[in-house]
This record gives sequence, structure tokens and C-alpha cells, in this order.
Amino acid sequence: MDTALIPDGVKRCPLPKFAIGLTLVGLVLAWGVYAMLLCWIKGLNQTNMNNAYGFALWIWADLAVIALGGGAFFTGFLKYIVGKDELKNIINYAVLIGFICYSSALLILAIDIGQPLRGWFIFWHANVHSMLTEVAFCLSCYFGVLTIEYIPLILENKQIDKVPFFHNLSHNMHEIMAIFAATGAFLSFFHQGSLGGVAGVLFGRPFGYREHILIWPYTFFLFTWSAAACGPCFTICITKLTEKISGKKLVRDNVIELLAKISGWMLLTYIIAKSVDTWYWATHTAPEMGLHVSHFYSNNALYGYWILFTELVVCGFVPAIILVTNGGRKNKFTLISAVILAAVGVCLNRWVMVLQVLAVPVLPFESWELYMPSWQEVATTILPVAYGIILIMISYRYLPIFPQEKELNPVE
Amino acid sequence: MKQAQNHTKNYLYAMAIDLDKCTGCGACMVACMSENNVPFRRDETDQLLSMKWLRVYKLTNGKAYPDHDVCYLPRPCMQCAGQHEGHSPCVSVCPATATDYDQNTGIVSQIYTRCFGCRYCMAACPYHVRLFNWWDPVWPEGMEKMLNPKVSVRMRGVVEKCSFCFHRFQQAKDRAYAKGKRDIDEQDYQTSCTQACPAGAITFGDLNNPSHAVTQLVKPDHKHHGRPQAPHAFRLLERLGTNAKVYYLSSREWVRKMGDNYLKNEKQAGSH
Repeated sequence: MDTALIPDGVKRCPLPKFAIGLTLVGLVLAWGVYAMLLCWIKGLNQTNMNNAYGFALWIWADLAVIALGGGAFFTGFLKYIVGKDELKNIINYAVLIGFICYSSALLILAIDIGQPLRGWFIFWHANVHSMLTEVAFCLSCYFGVLTIEYIPLILENKQIDKVPFFHNLSHNMHEIMAIFAATGAFLSFFHQGSLGGVAGVLFGRPFGYREHILIWPYTFFLFTWSAAACGPCFTICITKLTEKISGKKLVRDNVIELLAKISGWMLLTYIIAKSVDTWYWATHTAPEMGLHVSHFYSNNALYGYWILFTELVVCGFVPAIILVTNGGRKNKFTLISAVILAAVGVCLNRWVMVLQVLAVPVLPFESWELYMPSWQEVATTILPVAYGIILIMISYRYLPIFPQEKELNPVE
Repeated sequence: MKQAQNHTKNYLYAMAIDLDKCTGCGACMVACMSENNVPFRRDETDQLLSMKWLRVYKLTNGKAYPDHDVCYLPRPCMQCAGQHEGHSPCVSVCPATATDYDQNTGIVSQIYTRCFGCRYCMAACPYHVRLFNWWDPVWPEGMEKMLNPKVSVRMRGVVEKCSFCFHRFQQAKDRAYAKGKRDIDEQDYQTSCTQACPAGAITFGDLNNPSHAVTQLVKPDHKHHGRPQAPHAFRLLERLGTNAKVYYLSSREWVRKMGDNYLKNEKQAGSH
């Protein structure tokens, strides 16, 4: 029924099967939308946040999806600025994943603020000293860039492409895409960093606070670095998952391995820098505030040294070493394991930099505060996942996302 | 406007709380809630959702009887100045300039109509003085007629905190102007908690005025961000560099030590 919209030379599942899949994910989406409306209509009392936990699951989700969406800017940077031309075969998908991640982040922020109708105050009454202001500006601008990068892909739909204006527009947009990729990379370096700065500047919170280079705390650089390292890993994860679900090879191994190799080196250098940062914080910054490192990892039911070990070693050094070795990248199991671990690692880092920062007692007569999200928070966090799956399903079905799909899967 | 500000006298309002005098009666909390129209709910059992601009902590020395000792510590907003005047933990992070450090008084304000409820300031404050309005305020029937008309009530979705009863400062200035005075006296501007304390444990005044009782009690070292020089005076979390303007006094060493974090092999610093 919808064959006229499906790209030439590729095979897609029957429409009823597609519709059933879409409906199932749509139900999850509807659940999330219901929770979102509850939060907007009844207020944030629908959450389990409290005066000790002003930042919670949503802010973590925000930081995590932005880091995972980092594959878009870094792959774009590698293709258009560095000149790694092979990456043209995965850049469309990286852009789509980035678009989903960033639109999700904006949606979560819109739910998270207590007065959503005043959201524009962040631009109107901007405090230029606040890291969050920089995040808001760069995030919005970069979302605009991602939209511009996504539009030519939509215009390549078989039917839209028949219209000469759209065909020419798409062609011309492709021609100047390097400018947008460069702009996107510039904006991303700043907002990824500013997100790191959100915790790093909190001199009242010893677990998050870091020393500075000029006005930027070390977390500023570490967040950008980790997003550039782990974002492409997430792109590879989702590409492999799409291949598994569709039952087709969509991107050649050499493309995946090139991206994995670059990510591996980024991850290895990042995790070394992160280890040095952790050591300096534990031996200098925290003691100067009168706190031994054990203060941050004991006397509570959740946060122990295991979390530090998992972040640095299991989800840091292990995947980095796999990805920088040729054998590790060639082996399907180790490659998949490494990219999953890297993606989990960056999410774990964002978790501790949001939730553990608030959980640790600062006043000597206070104790740890742990928190469990409400179902409304969980549902609204799953909402963007469902939205992302739907957008991927529709884009994959109707748009030529994978340039190598045709030659890798010739239709009889 | 700038010229007018230059002619304004610079105050540096601060509070000193004598913990040896505080009995933990809670009169300061009640006075504060009443004065500032702080909302409450039918069920106030969850302290983490409760709105209290001023909270009284109960501290113990952790020793068994007969060495057991208790101290009550009232905690309003610390009105931090930060490492350079105005770089308070919360003011520096607010993305919409909804909280500001008043250079004329040293008081950290909260602009409720500008706050959009991102709660970054709450994450930044180590003292937990910032509170979020999780619900719209609802008062028992008839009580809305008893609200303080000088203080605006806050709506759901914005952050609020202790303001050192800033409206009283504005009223004091108005009264002084009406009387043709250029300055306000110590007793012209006092916070509600100070006046309500039956034990006289709270002292409030201008640190820039050597004759004010608070200045004499804490003897601030203005060259070092107002660090207290008086024996037995200390500030909470001095080492973080928040440079609070709420000082505490206690003759008990364990109480003073509770004011900050120390490594095991460290001697207590900060207070004398």
C-alpha cells in the first residue's frame, strides 16, 4: 500500500506488520504522554523529587541522551572537517540518532521545569555566568543545526524528491552541509562542556566541584571528550541493533571499524584523563574541603567504590582497550560488548555527576539522601525512547538512510 | 539609577545565633512562616517536601549519658557572598537571573516572578535553604485574610527561600525617609525570627557598622570575607568558601566542630 513511498531497490516488511510494531511502541508513547500531561497539569508533585533532590532522573536522562547523541557532531566533524569520507555511509544515521537525542533532551527539559510557560526566561533574562544558560543557547542552536542536517534526508524520500524544488533544495543543502557540520561541532563542544560545568562549578557540592582552567572546570573538558568518545559508540550500537531487527547488513564493516577505532582512542585518552582528574580530586580538592574520599563512597546503601570501579575500569579501560586493538574490533562479540559498555559508562558518569552529587551529605550533621523515581518520572523518561524508536522506524522505512543498503542487500 | 546607587549607603546585614542560648523552641520557625506567608500542607510528615525558610536542627555529641549533650541549630539562608562579593553558590548558577546578590545590603534575593523552576540553585546550595513549591499554596479557610500583605505569596513551580525579611528593610527605609533621616537605626530593621526568639539567641544587624551588636559579637575580618575573629564564633562550611553571613556562637568545642568537615588527623580550624 505504501510502496510508492519506499526507496527504490530496497525491501521493507509488509505494511500491516509495520503498523502493528508502530502501534505497540505507540502505546508506550501514549503512556509517557499521559505521565507528561500529569506533570504539566498537576505539577512536579507527581514526581518523587524533593527539596534535597531538586535534580533527579530527568536531568540524568537529559545529560545521558545528549552524551549519547554526541555521535552526530563527532561523526560530522570527522567526515566534513577531518575528511574521513567512508563515514558518509553512517553519517545519516548518526544525524538521525542525534536529532532524536537532542529533541528528547529539549522535551525532558520542558517537563522538568516547574513553570514550563516561563521556559523562555532563560533566553530573555539570561545570566551569562550560568553554565545552564550556555547549555540552553547552544542546545537550542545545535538542535536547529541537526534539523537542518535532517531535512535533506527527508527531502530524499522518493515522492518528495520528484518535486524539482525539493530535489534542488536537498542537493544544495548537501553542498553546504560542511558549514553546518562545522557549526554543529563548535556548538557541541560548548554545550557538552557546559553540561559538565553544571556540576563542576558547584563549589558548595564537594563531590561535583572541580578545579578550573580559566573559567572552565575540568568536567567541562571531560564531558565533551566523553561525548565525542561514547556518542559514536552509541551510534554503532543502534546501527547493529537495526541490522539485527531488520535482518540485513546496512553498513560495511570497514566503516564501523573506522568509527570504532577513532572512538576507542578517544575513549582511552578520555578515561586516562578522567582517572587523573579523579585522583587529583580525591587527593587535593576534596581534602582541602575537609573530606576524605571514603566520605563519598560509604555509609549508604547504593554508592560504593564499585560505582567508581565500574565507570573507570569496566566501562572505561576495558572497552577502550578492545576498541583500539584490531582483533577487538574485528570480533563481533567484543566489538558489540565494547560499544555497549562505553555507552553504559557515559550514562553512569552522568548519573554520578547528577544524582550522587546531591546524595552526598555536605553539612556534617546531615546524612545521605537516596531517591526512587515515581512512575510518572519513569514513564516520561521512557517516552523519548518510544518516540525515538518510532522516528527510526518511519525514517528507515521511507528514507534512504543507509547508502550501502542497496548494494549489500540486492533485491532479486 | 547608577548615580542613585552610588549615593546609597552600603550595608552588610548579618545574623549571629548563640547556640548556647537556643532552646530549640521553634518560635523562630513559626514567626518566619507567619511573617513570610510560607505555605504548609495538612500532612507535613515528609520533611523533604516541607517548606521552612528557617529550620532548626537537633545536634548531639553522640556520647552516652552522662556525657550526652544536645544543641539546637537554627538555619536560615546563609546569604552567602562567595569568594568575591556576589558570587554566591546559587546566584552564580541561576540561568534566568531570578536570584540576585544585593550589593547594598549583602542579601540574596529571590525573584519569584522570574524563576521558572529549574532548581539549579537548589542543587548548588549546600545548606538546603532553597525550597521548591511542589504544590500551589492552600491555606485553611479564612487564613488567607491573615496573610502578610507586604510579602507576595508564591505559586507552584518556583523556588523560594529566606530573605532576611527584606520587606522589613524596605519598610524601614520608607519610615526613615518619612522622618527625614538619611540612615536607618539598628532596631529599625530586625528580622521576624530575631524578634520572636524568647531566649534572645539571635542577633541581627549591619556588619559595616561597628556599633551594631552583631559586629561586636562576631568581629568580622573584612579583609578575609568577614571571617569571624571572635572566640567561639564560626560559620557553617567555612572551608567551601561560601562566606556565609550567618554566624554561630558556642562555647562548646564539639558544636563548633559540627560546623564544618575535617579530616581525621586535622585539628579544628576556622573558629578560635
